[in-house]
Amino acid sequence: MADLINVYINEVLVSVPKGTVIVDAAKKLGVNIPVFCYHPKLKPVGMCRMCLVEVGRRKIDRATGQPLLDANNQPEIAWGLKLETGCTTPIEEGMQVRTQNEVVKKAQKDVLEFLLTSHPLDCPVCDKGGECPLQNLTLQFGPGTTRFDYNDKQHLDKHYPLGDIIFLDKERCIQCARCIRFQDEVADDRVLGFYERGRTMQIDTLSEPGFDSKFSGNTTDICPVGALTTRDFRFRARPWEMTHVPSICTHCAVGCNLTLGTRRSARDRQWEILRVMPRQNEDVNEIWICDKGRFGHHFTRSQARLTTPLVRKNGQLAEATWDEAIKLVAERLNVVYGHVVGFIGDRVSNEDAYLFGKLFREGVKTTRIANRPHVAGADLVQKYGVGSGTNLGALGKGTVVLIVAGDVEETAPVYMLRLRAAAQRGAKLIVANARETKMDRYAANSLRYKVGTETQLVYGLLNAVNQGSGIRDQVAAYTPAKVAEITGVPEAEITAAGKLIAEAKDLIVVFGDEQPYDIMVNGQYTDAGRALPQACANLVVATGHAGKANNGLLSLWPHNNTQGVFDMLAANGAQWTPADGLKALYIVGSDPIGEGQTLPKSEFTIVQELFLTETAKQADVVLPALSFAERDGTFTNAERRVQRYYKAIAPLGQARADWEIIRMVGEQLGLKWTHYLTSEGVMAEIAATVPQYSGTEYAALAQVTEAWPPVGSNDLYFGGTAYDNRGGVGVQIKSGVELDGQSEMNWIEPPVPSAESTLHVRQLNRHGTLIDQSAVYQPRLIDAPIEPAQVLKGA
Amino acid sequence: MITEILKGMFITFREIFKPPVTIQYPEVKRPVRQRFRGRHELRRYADGLERCIGCALCAAACPADAIYVEASENTDEQRYSPGERYAKTYEINMLRCIFCGYCEDACPTDAIVLTDAYELSAFSRKDLIYTKDMLIVPPPAGKPGTPQKVEEGAYNRSILPEGLVSEP
Repeated sequence: MADLINVYINEVLVSVPKGTVIVDAAKKLGVNIPVFCYHPKLKPVGMCRMCLVEVGRRKIDRATGQPLLDANNQPEIAWGLKLETGCTTPIEEGMQVRTQNEVVKKAQKDVLEFLLTSHPLDCPVCDKGGECPLQNLTLQFGPGTTRFDYNDKQHLDKHYPLGDIIFLDKERCIQCARCIRFQDEVADDRVLGFYERGRTMQIDTLSEPGFDSKFSGNTTDICPVGALTTRDFRFRARPWEMTHVPSICTHCAVGCNLTLGTRRSARDRQWEILRVMPRQNEDVNEIWICDKGRFGHHFTRSQARLTTPLVRKNGQLAEATWDEAIKLVAERLNVVYGHVVGFIGDRVSNEDAYLFGKLFREGVKTTRIANRPHVAGADLVQKYGVGSGTNLGALGKGTVVLIVAGDVEETAPVYMLRLRAAAQRGAKLIVANARETKMDRYAANSLRYKVGTETQLVYGLLNAVNQGSGIRDQVAAYTPAKVAEITGVPEAEITAAGKLIAEAKDLIVVFGDEQPYDIMVNGQYTDAGRALPQACANLVVATGHAGKANNGLLSLWPHNNTQGVFDMLAANGAQWTPADGLKALYIVGSDPIGEGQTLPKSEFTIVQELFLTETAKQADVVLPALSFAERDGTFTNAERRVQRYYKAIAPLGQARADWEIIRMVGEQLGLKWTHYLTSEGVMAEIAATVPQYSGTEYAALAQVTEAWPPVGSNDLYFGGTAYDNRGGVGVQIKSGVELDGQSEMNWIEPPVPSAESTLHVRQLNRHGTLIDQSAVYQPRLIDAPIEPAQVLKGA
Repeated sequence: MITEILKGMFITFREIFKPPVTIQYPEVKRPVRQRFRGRHELRRYADGLERCIGCALCAAACPADAIYVEASENTDEQRYSPGERYAKTYEINMLRCIFCGYCEDACPTDAIVLTDAYELSAFSRKDLIYTKDMLIVPPPAGKPGTPQKVEEGAYNRSILPEGLVSEP
């Protein structure tokens, strides 16, 4: 880097970029300056005074502007009369910093003594005890005794609910404001604030209902004391008692890296997940996760889970052995040979989907598999998706992000944090949606179109950019003036947004599925459902932004492995064709009936599930599967990063991993599948046979890189109680364009909305089979749609 | 040679008139030393509340990993111990315990103490996992057991004043 500045910390030279604060510079050198209020992901405020250091600057000759030199030809140093806060003071060339001399040590002792005057001696009952920055720093830097009168302590409310999930212990709070600043600066839900002043200063919530944020749990991680606790984990276990296992969140397509804190409980001697914490991955979720991911783990130990295979006998589902169930499945699949349709949900792992595709190709000799829910454009994302090396956390000036027909916060909450941060660094966001979303706050251009006209708008932008050689004729019809008329977006705004796109160095097009068109009608994929992804792909290709890092398509997929399941099915040549003469139906991890759809008629239905869903109730054979926490596997997130998760808790009952069940069926059908011993073996085959997935062997996925800021390990005070990444940061696979260099544009006539067109709206906190199992999260779940219905209706 | 035999017989003859040292256990029991460390018990305060706050520091201190604690939250409707936290599950595996007394040292509320009971035997290994109801002492005479329904806000500290005074 060009602007490296040399500073001396405790006489040791370190070169850091301009603008770095002393605390960070020292940290890079391995020198720990204690902090409470400072957090590397937040703006410095210098409130706690814990980071006081002695700073010396070079004396400058006023006449020449050059540093004065002493007898040894070294710059003369003027030491500050007072100590300075290391977290707010940026480094300067030639600066000298002392962090460990007597003056500084005394200041640290005094600050800690003050902080502890009103801090209760709660450590034995405090949830933070054992991973508490205040505890650790007191031991390291603090005084052994206090001079304050014990009876003069502040006694405040110890059980103050800030919201439904987060509790505040006002006594423990040391007023560092990390939680307030996180809500303001990172989450942009300004729902916390200070009340009172002096020793009685307290945190309180400003919102109704209290602490109304999708990211509230993160404040408990960065709280340097045990003041903020979650209802989920309160008093459940001491931190050192848990086994921590790296995992991946399964609630949305971001694929946040998690650490599952597990323990064997006394009740039934079963392993269970006690808490979910973020695991640092600067390419995916940094050190944040949303509340749904944090509290949505209870389905793994739900009483409603299926534990034994069920077989329909005399019209009733009855418990059966695996042998019996698998034999029956294989027997029926053999008879119906070819007249089988597969449905596979997009929550299952890559291994599951791959073997399922292979089972159909080799075992039952048909390619009729649909991934569910039906999504459009997964092939386009596979081809023109963001290039390998994309990092939303690195986007800045010169980048334009077009978000169309998707509510980022509701579909992929952590992307909202990252795109907002990108906008703050100088990236330009163009937010196009039929309704107002949170992303509008950070948009350079906010385009509000009439429901159903999103495709026209994208072509309007393409027209304004004046690109698109392959489809120039068709796009020519969509002049900004005409598009303004169709969509209701002012012409000037379309032109301005087009100008931004035309000038963009990097362009990412984020598309969602908040549009009124059905993707599948009567068993047929529709053009209307595919029009928007195709238009976005055309935009990326026409402007030359395909196949490069930080460029391309990013889809707000509905589930955690939509892309991976599609890729695996495509690799096995699976294709959806309408089903006639259907004799058997094989459904894995999907509940079409529960979603209000009808199943095609079939003589025999096999369902592989966690729960006895509405679909499973109709099945002839129900095979119990394992949740993500009970097995190994990989997911491919929306950025096409393949990430590995690990077995954290023991399997429930006789349930088995999806891929293992499919293997058993395959073997029973006579396939030579005995070599699939582990999911690792399946993934090795995927990496060897699917071109895009080369280099995704388990060993490669487990590689970690050094990350800034350093969190976890012994370093609790710096980045909060997050975990460093020891399970692997994953591998971002190449897009199709990067592999073959071929790109093309296709024209799909933009669909025209009718007056009845109603927007399909995705909401994070809608009820669902999995999230309904989390009692702690129930207050957040909603039944009603986000907005009044009339806003969602077409023109 | 005959002298040696007579010498030996003399000692035998002398010992016949001394009181025997054999103790007729189990009918007769030797008193234990004052600082003997035997079976644990979980104590209560004078008002019947449990001293144990479920902090699991005993389990952390235990070198044999014999103690297992699961905590939960007190309410004024159902109060087990003062403060917010109590031990929902408290188990000691007596087969693992080495009676070192570190748990007693670690306990911030003097809840767990090692008594002088040493007759610990059972017919199965499972029976030697002592659960909380086996370990906890009965409430003082005339006082209710736990959980208790108490006045709101009366017990918002995790330790009562009597717990702060170290007993001899």
